[in-house]
Amino acid sequence: MVRCFLIHTVCPVSTLGAGESRVLYSRVFGPDEAIFSDQEMTPEERRLLQKEKLAVVARQVRSAVTLSREASGRLMAEALLGEEALALQEADSGVARLRAGDPFSGEMSALWLGVQSLGFTLVCEAHENLLLAEGTLRNLSRHCLEQLHLLGQGSEVLLRSHRVDALLNRLLPHGQLLFLNHRFAQSLEKEVAAYMAK
Amino acid sequence: MFSHGSESLIKQAREIQESELKKFYSRLIKLLQGKDLSHEAVDSLQRLHLILSANKFITKLSPELHGKVVSLLSSPSEQHQVLSSAVLRETLPPSGQELNNISEKINPLNSHAAALLLSQARSRTDLSSLCAQLLRSLESRQSEGPTHASTHTLPILNTILTHSPECLTDDHVTLLSKKLVDWLRYASITQGSGSSSSGFFTGPRSRQPAPIAELDGTVSGDFFTVLCVGQGFTDDQWMNVYSFSMLRHWLLTYHCVSNGNTTADTDDRSEVDGSVVSMVSATSSSSRLLPPKERLREKAFQYCQRLIEQSDRKAHKRTDVDLQKACLVEAVCMLDCVCVEDASLVYRAFPCIKALFGRLSSDLSFARVLLPIAQFYLNHGEMAAVDCDSVWKLVFDRFPAEMFNDNFLAHELLRFLRLNLESLQLRVQQYTQSFPNLLKLLAWNSPAMVDDFVDLLPSLVTTGTAVELLHTLLDLPCLSATLILQLRSTCMPISEPGGLMSLDAFRNPSFRGLFLFLLRAESGSGDTIERLSTLHDLLSEAVEWPRVVQCAQAVPVLLHIFFNTVVTVANEKLLSHLILVMLERSNLLLDIPEYITETHRVFSCHLLRLCKLHPCLVVDQSRELREFAGTIANVYNQEEIYTHVVWVLGEYLSVSYDSRCSVRLITSCFETLEAVLFEVTSSSTPLGAVCPAPRVITTLMSALAKLASRSHDLIPRVSLFLSKLRTVTRGGPVCWCSDEDDLVSIVTRGEELWSLLKAPGVAQSVLTPPPHVITPKWHRDTNLAMPLQLRALTNLTHSQ
Repeated sequence: MVRCFLIHTVCPVSTLGAGESRVLYSRVFGPDEAIFSDQEMTPEERRLLQKEKLAVVARQVRSAVTLSREASGRLMAEALLGEEALALQEADSGVARLRAGDPFSGEMSALWLGVQSLGFTLVCEAHENLLLAEGTLRNLSRHCLEQLHLLGQGSEVLLRSHRVDALLNRLLPHGQLLFLNHRFAQSLEKEVAAYMAK
Repeated sequence: MFSHGSESLIKQAREIQESELKKFYSRLIKLLQGKDLSHEAVDSLQRLHLILSANKFITKLSPELHGKVVSLLSSPSEQHQVLSSAVLRETLPPSGQELNNISEKINPLNSHAAALLLSQARSRTDLSSLCAQLLRSLESRQSEGPTHASTHTLPILNTILTHSPECLTDDHVTLLSKKLVDWLRYASITQGSGSSSSGFFTGPRSRQPAPIAELDGTVSGDFFTVLCVGQGFTDDQWMNVYSFSMLRHWLLTYHCVSNGNTTADTDDRSEVDGSVVSMVSATSSSSRLLPPKERLREKAFQYCQRLIEQSDRKAHKRTDVDLQKACLVEAVCMLDCVCVEDASLVYRAFPCIKALFGRLSSDLSFARVLLPIAQFYLNHGEMAAVDCDSVWKLVFDRFPAEMFNDNFLAHELLRFLRLNLESLQLRVQQYTQSFPNLLKLLAWNSPAMVDDFVDLLPSLVTTGTAVELLHTLLDLPCLSATLILQLRSTCMPISEPGGLMSLDAFRNPSFRGLFLFLLRAESGSGDTIERLSTLHDLLSEAVEWPRVVQCAQAVPVLLHIFFNTVVTVANEKLLSHLILVMLERSNLLLDIPEYITETHRVFSCHLLRLCKLHPCLVVDQSRELREFAGTIANVYNQEEIYTHVVWVLGEYLSVSYDSRCSVRLITSCFETLEAVLFEVTSSSTPLGAVCPAPRVITTLMSALAKLASRSHDLIPRVSLFLSKLRTVTRGGPVCWCSDEDDLVSIVTRGEELWSLLKAPGVAQSVLTPPPHVITPKWHRDTNLAMPLQLRALTNLTHSQ
């Protein structure tokens, strides 16, 4: 199962410290794992803890993306609106291991895709089918880039987050990775397109 | 992409004032009147979501607004459901009463309402009731309405299972097992109506539904799976996809326990006429008699076998090719899981897996599929008495050597090793020999892989490979550079003029041997190369390559782990050899400044530790240590190690630690150190030249004093030097120490030692204390323990 999906910055942000990442969209799937721990927490505390965990993941991915780009030495070409496919092709990708307790209670794998200044991260359980997860992440990122016009200067990721929710509800319902052949995928994407058109 | 505008939006959302917020709430309540929401209302809801989620602490909605938003959950418009669910997830959970209202009013529960209930669940009880509700609605909607609307049931159940399998009762598990069997094995094999099925020619003449097809276009001849296509899909075909997607997790969670209960199920679809007899498994006819869980396992088995067969077909679309690979991984993992449950299935599964391996082993683009196959072989190969050598050759030889730059494969390979460490160490000989190959994964991408190697390295440290492993770890940055050159060499077959010097060297036949040694796959062909300094010169431009620098940053951590592990397995002979390696390699490292400093620090730390654990090592390697200490250059370029070597010589070269320590040995060591001390503190050092670190000087002085205290003839020589030192420094600044405070410390130290040495007996007990003094156990010693003394005194004084 996928625990969460994040869209966050992987570039320096002036209002944040070095190495920090601004989470622009986050969706956690399933029940909050804090309710299963022995500690008694109020809903406020649980929510805060969850936000902190997501911030930790975003920071780790930011660091991974930076190091990966440094090592490969590739120059980042700025793709423009309309060039989503190119941006995706040029994107760096990788997977980071999140040890048990850091920050989730079990061991997780954080798959990431770095598209220019944004990172798309999928945190899944360690035993998950990573081939399927990778394909799903790419597909989701492509849709997000297109639907939210992320290659442009707008802030739709903040103001149209419900579109991402609807997208996730079809392609990654409650964190379930789906084995979709092109016909099933087409059918779901038609539904997504219909939603976006409203 | 990420604009200043976004940042300011977030700032606004966070800094919104209470009064502004209240106004916003009342405006929003007005907008939410009526059934249809205007664009403005939708936008405002979205902004509300932004305000709530941007804030670290929970913001409460006004009760009226809260109620309005809750009511949107049951709206027929999906947009309303999405927005209200998103908003409510960011605020306080609904009260118990509200929860009940939601559950009752929204029946069946839509996906977004369910997501809210999931994320706001407070306990296992809440989750259990959610499960019960979902399953009730699943059962009751057997024949009415599109199940498409309830496709979210399986994902929700799956996510609850992940955290809390007990939320499903046994009855639930049985019910679901039966349903899963139906959906997986008995879904329709004809195409559903496509969404655009109605065209100009609708009429009484209804078309015969076409059969489903395989990915290569041929008509499907067996039951429906995720690798089957059609113009449209029926509901149970959708459920087939959702069922398969969660199947492995389900099987892992609910281990099938064969309790001999074989009551036949009479109400399942396999009794229905026309159900497909699978060609995949001829032995399925008797499965009707199995209990539900075992039956599901059998059907899962058949499904996986069918997928493996279907993956051999040539799919037309790229996404389908990728899906076939993912299905292969899933199928093999599931077969593995199922065979672990029921060992009798191994004999049925192995031919299939073996054939798959044969098909894929020569194509490295299927490397990620071959790993689960390797897992299967590891788990069941022994039982089936199958030769696994070709599998291990792939995993330990070809994968690391040819695919080190595939991040995902590297991650999965290391995970495979981590999870099966014990098994591999027992059954696969190649594992511990293959470290030169495995370390390539680290050399290429150290930030991502170092964490895994922290876990794996201890298992690679064996007495047979320790020395070579140490050399290999020290040469990791060189390996990193070599891998870069190897890749560049294949990309640019022709040398360009003015290109990389190191690339030319890589291609030069006379240096081939050096690089080939680094790129070796197995250990055993030698500890290291003779011409290391040549290699370092050839790679001198690589010290600035980021990948090499990142690799160098990971090495010190691994060295620590290496040494911590090696002391637990090595004998003194090996440890002695390792000290030698440390001394040798300390100035034979790739010239990356921080790398050299950190490595020296690690060496110093462990030299100390090793000598403390086994003081006799000092006598063993006294010649090498003395030679190192006698080299003046080391005082300046290897200050850290030098200091520790001198200290170790001073501390442990003593009869009380090793009976082989003769007076001659002590004297010759003394003379070596004395000569160095004279040289570095001589007035002939030109002004402005580099000064030795003060710590070196004090360590040298202390070491000389210690050695002298063991061989009293040497005392006059030390005392003479120390008094001369005092005289010289009184005369003003000296050229070998630039800082006044440091000079004072050095002189003070000198004076302490000088006065100590005036009483040789005292000097000996202070500078070479007997073991029982330095390992005090006052509290354990019955003669000295305070409580006992007090008790004795009390008894004496209160005896009357």
